[in-house]
Amino acid sequence: MHTESVKQTASLKVPAKQPSRWTQLRRELYLNRHYYILMSPYMILFFLFTVIPVVLSFLLSFFYFNMLEFPRFIGWDNYARLFLNDDVFMIALKNTLLFAVITGPISYIACFLFAWIINELSPKIRAIMTLVFYAPSISGNVFFIWLIIFSGDSYGYLNGFLMRLGIILEPIQWLQNEQYVLTIVIIVQLWLSLGTSFLAFIAGLQNIDRTIVEAGAVDGIRNRWQELWYITLPSMKPQLMFGAVMQITASFAVAEISIALAGFPSVNYAAHTVVTHLMDFGTIRFEMGYASAIATVLFIIMVGTNKLTQNLLRKVGG
Amino acid sequence: MATKAWLTFRLQRRLNRSFTVSFLLFVILGFFGAFMVLPLVYTVNNAFKPLDELFIFPPRFFVINPTMDNFYDLIVLMGNSWVPFSRYISNTLLITIVGTVGHILFASAAAYPLAKYRFPGSRALFSIVVLSLMFSPHVTSVPNYMVMSWLGWIDTHASLIVPALAWSLGLFLMKQFMEQIPDALLEAAKIDGASEYRIFWSIVMPNVKPAWLTLMILQFPALWGSDGGRFIYSENLKTLNYALGQITQGGIARAGVAAAVALVIMIVPITLFVISQSSVIQTMATSGMKD
Repeated sequence: MHTESVKQTASLKVPAKQPSRWTQLRRELYLNRHYYILMSPYMILFFLFTVIPVVLSFLLSFFYFNMLEFPRFIGWDNYARLFLNDDVFMIALKNTLLFAVITGPISYIACFLFAWIINELSPKIRAIMTLVFYAPSISGNVFFIWLIIFSGDSYGYLNGFLMRLGIILEPIQWLQNEQYVLTIVIIVQLWLSLGTSFLAFIAGLQNIDRTIVEAGAVDGIRNRWQELWYITLPSMKPQLMFGAVMQITASFAVAEISIALAGFPSVNYAAHTVVTHLMDFGTIRFEMGYASAIATVLFIIMVGTNKLTQNLLRKVGG
Repeated sequence: MATKAWLTFRLQRRLNRSFTVSFLLFVILGFFGAFMVLPLVYTVNNAFKPLDELFIFPPRFFVINPTMDNFYDLIVLMGNSWVPFSRYISNTLLITIVGTVGHILFASAAAYPLAKYRFPGSRALFSIVVLSLMFSPHVTSVPNYMVMSWLGWIDTHASLIVPALAWSLGLFLMKQFMEQIPDALLEAAKIDGASEYRIFWSIVMPNVKPAWLTLMILQFPALWGSDGGRFIYSENLKTLNYALGQITQGGIARAGVAAAVALVIMIVPITLFVISQSSVIQTMATSGMKD
């Protein structure tokens, strides 16, 4: 009885405010219906293949699930196993962080540096050099060419070259050697990494207002370095933020190149990354709950690093 | 002396440029440019090498006696293989064209309201799209497989095409570019009685042609280079890149054909970029993140 009366008073209070807000929202939804209809094809697929999977992946990480039996709730067990009992994951995590720390900043700086030098050239040469630096990232799986360069027999280009110079006497098994394989994957990853952000920087540099540069020269800017620091970088901040997101995300996602060059699994897991570990459990062992825990960790690392970098970049130049 | 004067003239047209530093920077650019382009030049050379030159020792970079044999062999192989080779090509073309064109249409339709209007949920939806730029598709690979099998799309081309339609980078770039369209243009059309769909199709879309090409150049290589991944099992649904992998595994006898296929796979996206470069740069100028 008591609860009922509470409910009644609650429902009596509500109609005074809520309906107006509700009808207002409904009115707004109706007025904008064309926009929702225009967005719906994309958004339905975007939610189906991106948003819902991220949520699902997070939920699944608390279950044991092998695609055959019904999922069984196991709490934090997957995460405990991941961080306490999985030595291979620790190697993968170490390699991924190493890749990211090296390829992330280097590729980001390279994108900007080359775009900046190219911008000084005349338009025709600029177009050619842009193509030269951008082409590797869109040329499909041509990175298998590096397999021939680093091939372990004497027909490999690097081996052939070094043997002819007399630096080595026997061919080196580049891709089967723990010492070299990580470095080689990093080199090839860098070769492929001048992609979308490189183009964004080229475009950003071309669109800097020439009058600001001239005004700067009048105000006492003496050389290109001062111009870079006081005019170019601040004018390009939005592109720099966008480029950072692209490069960071890519630098944590190293997998295809590692598999193509070093094999799967690589020798003693020397080129094993979080993503290849995820593939191992998600597509070979079908331990979907465990794979989801790996995916969730990857998600947190990627988004966390991106957010952190955005905050740092926002502070640069005020 | 004359060349130095000419170079000085070329380089010092801009303010505050010292010749020495320019020269050093261009040397650096040239060095790394060679590092970038040599593997591609090598791929081109390989495709025209006769078989004996492919396995010459010590290995040679440039072709000595160029020949079209590898391409003839490829055509012969096309006719003889178990699944006709043309099938790989048509599969790849289907996936690439439907995926790219569909993506441009879907992303543009979604980008127009987000770029030009504020309505309940618009900010939230866009910030989710921006957030999704911050992680790679690998994160969603496990549930994606489950969604695919739930939809019954495993081993169909839809499993490759449909997710590509809702790619987040395309929507982001399209939305940023559409913000440039003057509001007055849209207002004028509205006063003339055009519906929102009409405005989108007849006014917004023709004005964002550079962005179409940009979405194409970013989406095309991913689909063109797809090997079918873990979703496609049937031989007659496989793609060109998968065929390349198979031919490469064929060993020495197929090395020439593999070099020819590699060239075909590489040359298409690069040619597209050469054609669309200026439009792409124009679009990327608006790519910045403001928040």
